[in-house]
Order: sequence, then C-alpha cells, then structure tokens
Amino acid sequence: MKLHTISINNLRRRKAKMAFLTVGLTVGIATIVTLVTLTRSMSSDIERKMDEFGANILITPQNNGLSMNYGGISLGGVTFDQREILQQDLASIKTITNSKNISAIAPKVLGGVTVGGHDVLLVGVNFESELKMKQWWKIFGEAPKGDNEVLLGSDASKVLNAGAGDSIKIKNETFMVAGVLDQTGSQDDALVFASLPKAQKLLGKEGKITLAEVAALCSGCPIGDMVTQIAEKLPGAKVSAIQQVVEGRLKALDQFKRFSYAMAGVVIFIGSLIVFVTMMGSVNERTAEIGVFRAIGFRKSHIMRIILFEAALVSLLAGLLGYAVGMTGAKLTLPFMAESKNALLLWDSTVAFGSIGLAVTLGLLASLYPALHASKMDPTEALRAL
Amino acid sequence: MALIEITNLKKHYASGDDVVEALRGVDISIEAGEFITIMGQSGSGKSTLLSVLGGMNHPTSGEVLMAGVKIYQLPGEKLADFRALNLGFVFQSFHLIPYLTAIENVMVPLAIVKMSSDKKKSVARTALERVGLGGKLDRLPNQLSGGEQERVAIARAIVNNPHILLADEPTGNLDSTTSEEVMALFRELNDAGQTVVMVTHNQENGKYSDRTISLKDGRVLSH
Repeated sequence: MKLHTISINNLRRRKAKMAFLTVGLTVGIATIVTLVTLTRSMSSDIERKMDEFGANILITPQNNGLSMNYGGISLGGVTFDQREILQQDLASIKTITNSKNISAIAPKVLGGVTVGGHDVLLVGVNFESELKMKQWWKIFGEAPKGDNEVLLGSDASKVLNAGAGDSIKIKNETFMVAGVLDQTGSQDDALVFASLPKAQKLLGKEGKITLAEVAALCSGCPIGDMVTQIAEKLPGAKVSAIQQVVEGRLKALDQFKRFSYAMAGVVIFIGSLIVFVTMMGSVNERTAEIGVFRAIGFRKSHIMRIILFEAALVSLLAGLLGYAVGMTGAKLTLPFMAESKNALLLWDSTVAFGSIGLAVTLGLLASLYPALHASKMDPTEALRAL
Repeated sequence: MALIEITNLKKHYASGDDVVEALRGVDISIEAGEFITIMGQSGSGKSTLLSVLGGMNHPTSGEVLMAGVKIYQLPGEKLADFRALNLGFVFQSFHLIPYLTAIENVMVPLAIVKMSSDKKKSVARTALERVGLGGKLDRLPNQLSGGEQERVAIARAIVNNPHILLADEPTGNLDSTTSEEVMALFRELNDAGQTVVMVTHNQENGKYSDRTISLKDGRVLSH
C-alpha cells in the first residue's frame, strides 16, 4: 500500500466520472493535435508546391532605364548606364542569413541569334537547376547533357523544323537537339536552350549573366526579408519577389494558423474548466475520506499527492488518446483542407510529446486548487460534515 | 508521569454572534495502559474532548501533554506526524474507504510509512487476525456486516501500534450483541497493554473500562 495505490483504486471506483473527465480532456487535446497537424501538413504541402511552381525571387541587372510599354504593347525602353551581373557574384547569395531556405539558383544569359534564317532568343541555362525549378517541363527526347546539345521550345522546334535527334547550326557551330519541350504556354515555347558556358561564349558574355532566378522554400520565412538580404549582397542588381500567389496562400495559411491557436486556447480553457469542476466535485464527495486520512496522520502534502496523482494519470491517458484521435482526425480532414489531393500528413514527435505534456500539465494545473482545498480540510470539520 | 495530562482545557466555538463553550476548563490525567470511557449526554463536550485529545482540534486555551509532548505546540505538519505515530482512531461510522478491501483499509496508515510492501501486508494481516477477520482480508466494506466493518476500523487503528487508541461511539451503529463483541475486543486489546480512551453515551459500555469520566456542559463531573 502506497499513496498511489489509493489514487489508482479511487479511479477504478469512480469509472463514470473519470471517463467523463478523460473524454473531456481527450476532446480538447485531440482538437489541438488536429489543428496543429493540419496547419503543419498544409504548410508542408504548400512548401512542396512552391518548389514545383519554380522561382519566387528574380535577380536582374540594375539599370536607370524607363520601360516603354502601355496596355501590353512594348515599344522597347530608354536605357542608360546598363550594368551586368557577374556570375561569380552569385556565390554570395548562399551566404545570406536565410540561405538554408534557398532551394535552387538558376542563372541565365540571354541573347539573340540566327538559326536557319530565323531570329531566335538563345538562353544559356544550368540544366540541373533549371529542371529542378521547372518540374512541369515535359521533354520529348532527353535533357541536354553536353555543351553541344540544345533544348528547343515547342514553337521554336516548329519554326526551325527540328526535332529531337536533329542538328542545328548557331554561329557556325553545330548543335544536336537533345529534346523538345512540350507546349508550356509560356515564353519558354519560343526559346532555344543551351548550356550556360556555351551560350556565354556564343553571345560574347563570358562570366556574365543576364538574370538569375532563385527558388526559396519560404513557408517559414518572409520572402521580403530574403529579397533584402540578397539585394545587400548584390548591390549592382535589382532583386524582386515574384510568385505573389504563393505568398498570398502562405498569408491565408498564417491566418488559419492564428485561428487554430485561438481555437486551441479556447479548447484548453474549456478543458481546464472540465478538469477543475470534476476534480473539485470529486474532492467534495471525498470529504470523509480526506478527513480520515488527515486524522490518521497524513500530511497535507500526502493528500495533495493523492489528488494530483489521480489527475496526472487521467491526463496522461487523455493525452495519449487525444493524440491518437487528433491524428486520426487530421488524417481524415487533410484531403479536404490541403491544396493537393496527395498532401502528406506530418507525423511529428514534438506534437506527440507536446500533446501528452500539455494534457498532463493542464490536468495538474487545473487540479492544483482542488488538491490544495482537499489538503486544507480540517479533519474534525471533514468528519463532522457527514 | 501520566501518558495524557490535560490542564484547564477550554474550547469555544463561534456560532453566529454567540460563543458556544464546548469545554470549560477540563483537567484529566490518564495513565498508560488504562481503559477510559468518557460519558455524557449529547452536547456535553465529549466528542470535542476526544477530537482535542486526537490532535485534530486546537483548544482555545489550556494544555494537552501526551507522552511528554505538548502536542499543540508542535510546528507545522509535526502534529500530523505525531498522530500517525502515536494515535489510533476508531470512528462512529467506521469511515472505511469504500473502494479498498479490508486488508487495504488496514494498510492505509502504513501508506506513509517506510516499510516493504510484504511487511505492510504481513502487519495488516496480523492486525485483522487479532480482531478475528483473518478470513475476510479481501472483502470490500460493503461485503462486510456492521460488526465486521467496526473490526476492520479497529484493526486499522491498531496496525501501527499506537500509544493511545481513541474511539468515538464505536458501538453507536451496532446492535447489542455486536456491541458486546466489539467492547470485549476493546477490553482484550487493553488487557494486552493498549491504552484506550472511548467516548460513549451507552452506560453498559462503562463496565468494560477501568474508569469512567463523566462530562456535563463542558465540565468534568466525576472521574
């Protein structure tokens, strides 16, 4: 016989009340687990989508020009003091504070060339980072592997009358068409893609780049901050954020996150009330028992230990059940809430231990006053009250 | 030196604007090994006297010296420790813990004592055998008769070998035959050296004790 034997036996006797308390607390913990897991899983889903969507930061040379376009009709621009970005300067991007959020950097060099009597725009790219960023590209044939291979946009392929396996000539050099892009509906359809070093050489821009696209995984970081950080590293470049749509989604998710935390707060409050009221009722029902314990020499601390041990046991059970129910709820709800059908449910040990810890802490805190109340009972009064 | 020395003990309760004087200067001396019955009519102050003797009710004034200790001068929880080590209680309504078996009820005072589980069980079994319930160790209180419950309560009170056994109307809820059996048990315990102080209003119980202290209106009439 130890103090916890009394607690355990009491829990066994008051099954209905303790079941009510467990269910109350379980619902609270399950709600929190569901909300937290949902928001985290949705964040992860959007993060993954951002990777798929491609770049969200654009780096172009700084110029003092004025664009001349109106209503979608471009008349060129007046540009003076044109600067260029040196390829070697891009390495400094990886030293920014949020460098861990950078998924890929895709430098590009652009220039006009003539192929088979047609003027086309040649784009020098790093195929590895380009393909990582543009996962929606579908290539008929293969991605270029060497410097003498090119990739054609679908429209360019039609105009130049060249397909995968054919050869084309650019500035008297022969290139093999490794693959042709499926229609993308973007400017990529009209381009000829070559490896960056080869394009730089052909365009006479060795070591220089026209622009760079950066893909950042930014569900947890402000993209504006990253833009500022990159701009500081590249003072001669213009750094701007794109992909406002994704940012908007992240903002909506952030609002949902705040709503979830507010909900969790309300649930925690209600859960605490349930524990408090039930434990207080239990203590009042056990007035005689507590009177006997005190009369036979139990200290106040012994009484508190009995009550708090009961609360801890029930809370622990509620925490475990709450986590299980909450994760099940999140799994069932995620397909309806997430952007993609195949969004992955995040199983996080922090949430598991956090929910159990929260349940126990909540149970103990809410039972503290009832336990204090019980420990302060005057044994004579307690026995006389019957 | 007497085991219990009570000097000029007064206990007043506030009741609305009035003050109820439950004990009005009680002086009692009880030797070790005595069997004392405290008698008196309802409201005479006998239960108050027992609760003061039990270290559960601070007197308004006066002194309670028990085994050489001024118990109401003990600091903090030391008084609870004193009760645990020196006193055993038998309550009128038994007050057994309903969700514990007979042996578990008897082991309750041992829950706060450093002792192995086996030793606790062995001590509790011995106490139950002493009161004649060796065969009903695992019964819950609601599976026992009134007399048996009283015996479990007595076993619980003596399990830690207290200096003094205090009993508040132990036969109050029992029929006459069972009452006699319970009183004989108290006598038996006393014969084995246990000091017993019992509050009762039943004159018949007096014949089992060595001495009867009569109370009336908070004062000792005779002892």
